[in-house]
Amino acid sequence: MLGENGAGKSTLMKIIYGAVAPDEGEIRWSGQRTFIRSPNEARALGIRMVFQHFSLFDTLTVAENVWLGVDRSRKLASVAARISEVSQTYGLEIDARRPVHTLSVGERQRVEIVRALMTEPKLLILDEPTSVLTPQAVAKLFVTLRRLAQDGCSVLFISHKLDEIRELCDACTVLRAGKVTGEVDPRKESNASLSRMMLGAEPPPVHRRPANPGGVVLAVRDLHLPSRDHHGTALRGVDFEVRAGEIVGVAGVSGNGQQELLAALSGEDRRAAPEAIWLCGEPIAREPPRVRRRAGLHFVPEERLGRGAVPGLTLARNTLLTRSEPIGSGGFIRTAKLAALARRLIERYDVKSGGPGATAQSLSGGNLQKFIVGREIDASPHLLIAAQPTWGVDVGAAAQIRGELLSLRDAGCAILLVSEALDELLEITDRLIVIARGRMSPSVPTNEASVEQIGAWMSGLWPEPAATAEAGGVVHAVP
Amino acid sequence: MLCLEARPAPSRLMSLVSPILALSITVLAGAALFVALGRDPGQALRLFFVEPVKDAYALSELSVKATPLLLIGLGLAVCFRANVWNIGAEGQFILGAVAAGGVAMSAGPETGRWIVASALVAGAASGMAWAAIVALLRDRANTNEIFVSLMLVYVAEMLLGHLVYGPWKDPAGYNFPQTVTFAEVTRVPRLFTGYRAHIGIVVALAGVVVAYFFLFRSYAGFQLQVGGLAPAAASYAGFSSRKALWLSLLASGGMSGLAGALEATGPLGQLTPHVPAGYGFAGIIVAFVGRLHPFGVVFSSMLMSMFYIGGELAQSRLGMPKSLTGVFQGLLLFALLACDTWIVQRVRWRRSQGAR
Repeated sequence: MLGENGAGKSTLMKIIYGAVAPDEGEIRWSGQRTFIRSPNEARALGIRMVFQHFSLFDTLTVAENVWLGVDRSRKLASVAARISEVSQTYGLEIDARRPVHTLSVGERQRVEIVRALMTEPKLLILDEPTSVLTPQAVAKLFVTLRRLAQDGCSVLFISHKLDEIRELCDACTVLRAGKVTGEVDPRKESNASLSRMMLGAEPPPVHRRPANPGGVVLAVRDLHLPSRDHHGTALRGVDFEVRAGEIVGVAGVSGNGQQELLAALSGEDRRAAPEAIWLCGEPIAREPPRVRRRAGLHFVPEERLGRGAVPGLTLARNTLLTRSEPIGSGGFIRTAKLAALARRLIERYDVKSGGPGATAQSLSGGNLQKFIVGREIDASPHLLIAAQPTWGVDVGAAAQIRGELLSLRDAGCAILLVSEALDELLEITDRLIVIARGRMSPSVPTNEASVEQIGAWMSGLWPEPAATAEAGGVVHAVP
Repeated sequence: MLCLEARPAPSRLMSLVSPILALSITVLAGAALFVALGRDPGQALRLFFVEPVKDAYALSELSVKATPLLLIGLGLAVCFRANVWNIGAEGQFILGAVAAGGVAMSAGPETGRWIVASALVAGAASGMAWAAIVALLRDRANTNEIFVSLMLVYVAEMLLGHLVYGPWKDPAGYNFPQTVTFAEVTRVPRLFTGYRAHIGIVVALAGVVVAYFFLFRSYAGFQLQVGGLAPAAASYAGFSSRKALWLSLLASGGMSGLAGALEATGPLGQLTPHVPAGYGFAGIIVAFVGRLHPFGVVFSSMLMSMFYIGGELAQSRLGMPKSLTGVFQGLLLFALLACDTWIVQRVRWRRSQGAR
């Protein structure tokens, strides 16, 4: 099933899974007209689904989460054993004893996939399952899926990635704006023909000028940081720099130290050695977030609701999280100035909302993300750090956010983009670094990087000590 | 079958109607209770809802009861908005009363009116100190503030008992557990002659304005509430959770201590084991019924005072138990919580779908 974000793929899948009731029409299961009225009924038929948005309880462990979905007479220990069995068979590394709240986005998805494979399903629906996997892990997953298909299980694979569909699928239905625009054999189609069906037109080419890097803005020197809880990843000898006017991408499978690196850079974790992190020549490793922000470091976190914005507060109030211009003397909030600032962000970044008084939770994901990114860009930072800025955002908003990042770069800002979406990194970064098990690879110019090379590096296999020439002309080897 | 489902957006209308609906349910349930007890519900309800506001004297009495509730409720509203669960306002209230009583008893024949101010300051400071124990233990040892603040209530009661049964017992008091009656000079100034209403209500109303500006107009108040609403957002923004913990506990401890000091040097005029009248716990209901908003707390503290006075009147005039006060307080809180569900949820009639 191919279609861009918002084409109606997820809605259709939810109908098949019984989570949403259709207004009209019919579903045939093994030739019989069937009414699937709830996910329980769908599961009883042998339909399993891995959703794009995870339905896991944060406070429970992996095993307990999976246990909730299986036959009640089964013992937790046997479920845990089955989890490690399934995860080994299909190469989905996961520790059944870890609480879900300590898992990264990518790891949570693995739990969802493992959960669906616990009982042998007849139809397995996967909604955009590859977005957080390394290319190698994707290849591994495809092996698994092909094996499942050979065993007689039907696999309904949903994606907006043309290559994946062409590589994996035997038949492809293309959706656009809720309508079927093509039923084809993807192996006989080209990317261009598929994308015409999906978008109605050729995809707009990304036009970007080469970077013109200036002086070093962020320098990380031999950063070691033990993990705060024993399920996290310790940073070991992280060493890199970001120059003015360039976008440096950090690729990697989630859970390899990205969260820890971001916390150390944003100031939420201040345990690093004082000389480990430098911003514009000043040591900042021990400074709190507000001091770093004053020095020009702004950060777009991965979680929009609850971290980047407070769900129940208005957009105006959420502006205050990282902007202190509307604070008058004596620590009083100048409400008129604050509302004006919020209104400016809403207009400038085309945020569809009910105005500065609308609560953050009333906005769609894409619009809230535009607001948060806009809030940080508008502060004219020297360094912008963005984590997964287009995760779960519709195509239009994602393109707009990438465009904003590029023009911020052209204005001379240094940008560090941490993302699990390799295609996004390849599209807009100038240099790429890979993070794996708390260590960072040497950087490669993005236009010289290949998916195979980056994929191999994601498993921690880079040549070391490497003496690769970098765009900035500086060489850093991993110790 | 009937199903609750989430509304797409919280209902503004329901958030306004909900308190009125909750009060109506409380009145109806109260009426049903009186009927079940074989009383005239009209007469009984009048004691709760008409008598406490019928004339100037009644209003003065209402303000005497509402003053401590308002002060405590305001402090707790700040505290709860920061997601700090101070359940021990009663203990901080007792400490405030004890400290103010100690200062009042030091008054000699030459003492001036300034002693009232020192008694109030001592009371507020002691309430803060008592709450600071909670903050310190949570900050340093990560203890649960609910347990610590609650247990400190009992410690405070013990301390008060020790003083009034022991060193502070009035030698001429026929061995009753009570202190001497405080000198007239230590009494909190009254607002009008002939009425018990005192300047405490003015202080409390000023507190409402201060709390409003702190919560909704100050950067510090904003930071404190972000910490309560979304701790991850507060840490992202760099707002200190330790500062919020200390600030909220000291503020609510200080308010409760001040309430205790006003009570000791106002209506009570001496210390007895009956200083803790449950204001500290009722203050929790006051804060929530007032929606943790300073203006809302004004109304809820008045309502709760009406229940206190109504309960006393029901006892003296109808011979009914005074614990009716607690019944009404509980009814109101339950009804409000139930009605508030309708702000974010709505009821839908759905055809039965077999398995849910």
